[in-house]
Amino acid sequence: MATKKKIDRSKLLSVLWEIQRKKRHIAHDDITKIAKEFELSRMEVEGVLTFYHFFHRQDCGKYTIYLNNSITSEHAGMDKIREAFEKEIGVPLGHLSFDGLFGLYETACIGLSDQEPACLINFKPFTNLTPEKARDIIHQLRNGAKPSEICDKPNSKIHYTPPPEKTVFFKSYNKFSVLNYIREHKPEEILEIIKKSKLSGMGGAFFPTGLKWQFARQNKADIKYLICNADEGEPGTFKDRVLLQTHPELLIEGMILAAYAIGASQGIIYLRGEYRYLKEALEDLIESYKTYNFLGNNIPAKEPLNFDIYIELGAGAYVCGEETALIHSAEGFRGEPSTKVVYPVQSGFKGKPTVVNNVETLCAVTRIVEMGVDNWLKIGTEKTPGTKVLSVSGDCKNPGIYEIEWGMNFREFLKLIGAKEPKMIQWSGPSGNALAEEDFDRNISGEDLICGGSVMVFDESRDIFQILKHFSDFFVSESCGICVPCRTGNFLLNKKIDKMISGKATHKDMNDVKEWSKIIQTTSRCGLGQMSSNSLNDAIKKFPEAFRKYMTDDSDLGNKFNLEKSVSEYEHIIKEITTDYE
Amino acid sequence: MNILLKKSLLIMNKKVDIIIDGNKYQSETGRNLVDVAKDFGIVIPTLCYFKEIHPTLGTCRICTVKINGRHTTGCTATVQEGMEVEINTPELLDNRAAIVEMLYAEGNHFCPSCEKSGDCELQNHAYNMGLTVTRYPHAFTHKAVDFTPHRMIMESNRCILCKRCVEEIKTKDGKSVFSFVKRGVQTRIQIDYKEESKLSDEEALHAMEICPVGAILVKGIANEKPFGERKYDFLNQQVQTKLKHEQIKLKDGEKFVVGTTSLAGCFGCHMSLLDIDTDLLDMVEIVEFNKSPLTDIKNFSKRCHIGLIEGGCANSENVHVLRKFRENCDILVSFGECAIMGGIPAMRNFVPLQECLEESYLNGHTSELGADIIPHSEDIPKLLDKVYPCNEVVDIDYYIPGCPPNAQHIWKVVKSILLGEEIPISYNEFKYD
Repeated sequence: MATKKKIDRSKLLSVLWEIQRKKRHIAHDDITKIAKEFELSRMEVEGVLTFYHFFHRQDCGKYTIYLNNSITSEHAGMDKIREAFEKEIGVPLGHLSFDGLFGLYETACIGLSDQEPACLINFKPFTNLTPEKARDIIHQLRNGAKPSEICDKPNSKIHYTPPPEKTVFFKSYNKFSVLNYIREHKPEEILEIIKKSKLSGMGGAFFPTGLKWQFARQNKADIKYLICNADEGEPGTFKDRVLLQTHPELLIEGMILAAYAIGASQGIIYLRGEYRYLKEALEDLIESYKTYNFLGNNIPAKEPLNFDIYIELGAGAYVCGEETALIHSAEGFRGEPSTKVVYPVQSGFKGKPTVVNNVETLCAVTRIVEMGVDNWLKIGTEKTPGTKVLSVSGDCKNPGIYEIEWGMNFREFLKLIGAKEPKMIQWSGPSGNALAEEDFDRNISGEDLICGGSVMVFDESRDIFQILKHFSDFFVSESCGICVPCRTGNFLLNKKIDKMISGKATHKDMNDVKEWSKIIQTTSRCGLGQMSSNSLNDAIKKFPEAFRKYMTDDSDLGNKFNLEKSVSEYEHIIKEITTDYE
Repeated sequence: MNILLKKSLLIMNKKVDIIIDGNKYQSETGRNLVDVAKDFGIVIPTLCYFKEIHPTLGTCRICTVKINGRHTTGCTATVQEGMEVEINTPELLDNRAAIVEMLYAEGNHFCPSCEKSGDCELQNHAYNMGLTVTRYPHAFTHKAVDFTPHRMIMESNRCILCKRCVEEIKTKDGKSVFSFVKRGVQTRIQIDYKEESKLSDEEALHAMEICPVGAILVKGIANEKPFGERKYDFLNQQVQTKLKHEQIKLKDGEKFVVGTTSLAGCFGCHMSLLDIDTDLLDMVEIVEFNKSPLTDIKNFSKRCHIGLIEGGCANSENVHVLRKFRENCDILVSFGECAIMGGIPAMRNFVPLQECLEESYLNGHTSELGADIIPHSEDIPKLLDKVYPCNEVVDIDYYIPGCPPNAQHIWKVVKSILLGEEIPISYNEFKYD
C-alpha cells in the first residue's frame, strides 16, 4: 500500500508564514495540524515558531505594526511615534487594540536606518514618520485603505560612487550580458577568476569567496546548493536592500555564475522577513530569467547547467545571518548555529555541499566577470580590491548609501557623509567596533578598518550608555540561547551596564566587564557571542571620561548595594494597606 | 555527512603524534579529543557531551580548549596529525569555572533540596573546580516546574539546556519528546505531553538518567541513595583552601578576635560550628569571640580579625548588620548556602513580595479568619524585594559552602585564615548540601 509521503521539512517556515498571514496568529489547532502533516511532535513545531519573533501564538491584529526600535530610530524620535500609535489605537506597545484591528509591536532594525523613524505595517514600509503621519496612517487604515496602497517607497539616496571607471555596483547594467560568458567558458575558469579577484564575503565575515567555492566544487554530491544570504540583520545595514531594489539582476546573474562554478543545481534566496515587500519583484525577476531559459533546465552554457532559485522568507531572528543558523532556518528548524565540526561546503543544506554568499558578494561576482578581473584588481587595495557599499545613518547630514573604493581615508569619508563633530562611530554594526577621534586618520580597507556595511554616527549630544545599553539589549534578545556563554554571559553583562547606569559601579565592575567579555568571546559558539561585547569594551577604552562620570569610589561600602531601591516595593505595599480610601 | 563519516573511518586507524599541554602523545586520527585525552589520563570536563549523540552537541562550552592557538570545544574536535592542544592553562581553567558559575547564576540551583544532589554532573564539576561561590550575580529568574506530563516532571529551574534529552529521547516513530522553545535567556525545554505518554518506563528512566542535572524527574522515583553512596560523593580527593590575604599578626598574649552573626538563616550553621566538639577547646585557646550570638555581645566592642556570616539578606536590618560587620572585621567569611547564594529563604524570590506577605499574614492556613493586618511598624525591619546573597551587599573574602557546612570544614577554614596556612579539606567535608 502506498503511504503518504512525508512533507519536506524545509517547507515548514513557509507554511507557518502562510498561516500567520491569513489568520494573524498560529493557533493551537494549527500547530496540531502542522505537526501531523510534517510528522513532528507538536512541541517541536512550537519550538520552531517561538524561535522567530514574527510568528505569534496570539492574534496580532488585522494590521500588525512593527515599530523599529533600533538606536537610530530612537534618536530620531521613536518614542513620540510610539506614543502617537498607542494613543490612536488605544493600547500600549506589545498589545492588540480592543477592536482587534491593530497590533503594535517593536522589532529590531528593519533596514531603513536612513529614513527613521520607520515601521512596517503588514510588512509594508512606512518611513520618516511623524506623530501626525502615524495618526493619519491609522485613520486611513481604519477607513479601508490598504497598507500596500499607502506605504512609502523606501528608496535610499545613493550619495556617492567612485569615478565611473572605478564604480562597481551603482551604474547601469545590461541584463543577461554576463551570461554569455558561461556559453564560452568552463566552470573552472569562473572559479579561477573569483579566486584571482580576492573577493571575500561582504556580509562582514570576509571569508575568501573563491576558496569557499573551490571547497564546494571539490565535494562531490548528487545535488549542491547555493544560498544567497539576504538576511541583512546587522543594525544600521541596508545596503543589501538597496542592491535588491536597484540591481537585483546583478544578484540573480551572480547566483547563476556561482552555481555554474560550484556545480549547484538549486539556489535559495534567504530573504529576511523585514524585506517581505521585496519578495514579489524578486519572484517576477526570477520568472523572467526562467522565460529566457537562464534559469531552469539546460541553461545555455559550455558545460551542462541546471539551476533554479526560490525565495525562503526569514521570520525575525538576527542570528540567522550566521550561515549555519541560516541553513537550519531554511531547513525548517530553529535558527541555531552549528558547531564547526563540518562546514556547509561539506555538509550544509539537507546535508549536501552548500555555499552561502551575501547579496553584495554575489552582485560583485557579476561585475567582476563583466569588467574583467584585471580591471577589478586595479580598484581598491592589495588585500581588498574593488569597492564597498556602506549604509550610513545617525547624526550626519547625508544618511544613505555610499559606494567607496577600498582604501579611502576615514576623515575624507566623514567629510563626505557630512558628519559634524562625530563623537562615536559604530563601525560594522553593534557587533563591530566603536570608533573615536583616535581612529579618524585610519583607512577604510581590509588592511586597516574593514567594514561589513553598517556605519552609525553619534555626535556629542548622544549618551554613550544609552547606546551601549541598547546594543546589549539587542544581543540579549537575539542570542539563540543554545550556548551558555552567549545566552547567560550577555544577560549578565547587560546587568552590569544597568549597574553602571545606576551609578553603583566601581573599578572592580569595569574589570569584571573586561574579563567576562573575554570569556564570552573565547567560548561562544558563533560570531554573535564572539563579537557582542566588542563595542562595550571599545567604549570603555576610548571614552574613559564617560564611564568615570558614572563610577563610585571603591571604598564606599554603602554604595555597592542600593538599600533604598530594595525596600521601595515593601514600602509601597505597606503604604497601600495603611491608606484609608473611604 | 555519510561520506565524511566513511572518510574519517578509513583514516581512523592511522596513528599520529599530537601535543597536549606540551607533552607528546600518539593517537589515532579522527577520534574525539575528549575521549583521547581521557585515555591519556587528562580530563577535559564536559557537561553536554554524550557519546551516543552525533554530531556532538557543543552547547555548554566548558570543554573549550585551544587547538593550534585557536579556541574551540574539545567535544567537537577530532585528532589530526600534529595538532597542538592546550587543555589546562590558567586561562582555560578559568573559562571553565566561569561557565559553571554562569550556570549557577542563571539557574536556580538549590542543592540542599535537589533530588539529584550528589548525582549531579554540574555539581560535580563545581566540586572538582573547588568552587565556593559564583562570581556572577544570581538572576533568580522565575521558571516553571511542569508536573503535567504523564510520567515526568520538568524542573526548569535546574535545566542547563544541554540539549541531551532533545536529541536522545525520541518515540518509536522518531518524534521528539523534548524540545527547545523560545530563544535567548528565555529558552526552555518543553515536554510534548502526547509523545511523552508513549514512552516506556525504561525510556522515561533513561531520560532522567541522561539529564546531567536534576531537571528531568520521573514521578514516583524517590532518590533512595543515602549520603555517601551517591555517584560523586567520594569521587574526588580533596580541595585546598586558598588564601588571599596577608597573614594576621598578633601581639604577645593577644588572641584572634572573631565575630559571628546569623542573618536570614536558620542558625543551623552556628549549630554546626558548635559541633566541632573537643576542637572547641583548641579554639578558645587562640580565639576570643566578640559580637556573636555565642557571647550575646550585641555591639562590637573591638575590631575583629574575622567575621563569620550565616544567612543572606532578607530585610533592611540584615543589610545594616552586614555592613557593620564589614566595617568592623578585617576578613568576612560567608558560611553556609544562605549567606553564599540566598539559600532556602531565597526561594521567595520567585514569588512577588505582595503575594508572600498576603500568604503569610492574610490568606495562609494558619492566619485567622478575617485577618487584615500585615505587621508593620517603624521598629520592624523592612523586607527587601528579594533575598540577596551577602556578596551582592558587601565584599566577602571567603566562602564555606554547605547546608550546613561540615563542622570540621568550618574550623579548618577559619584556622587556615587565622594561622595563614593553606590546609587540605577532604571531599566528605566539602559539601554543597
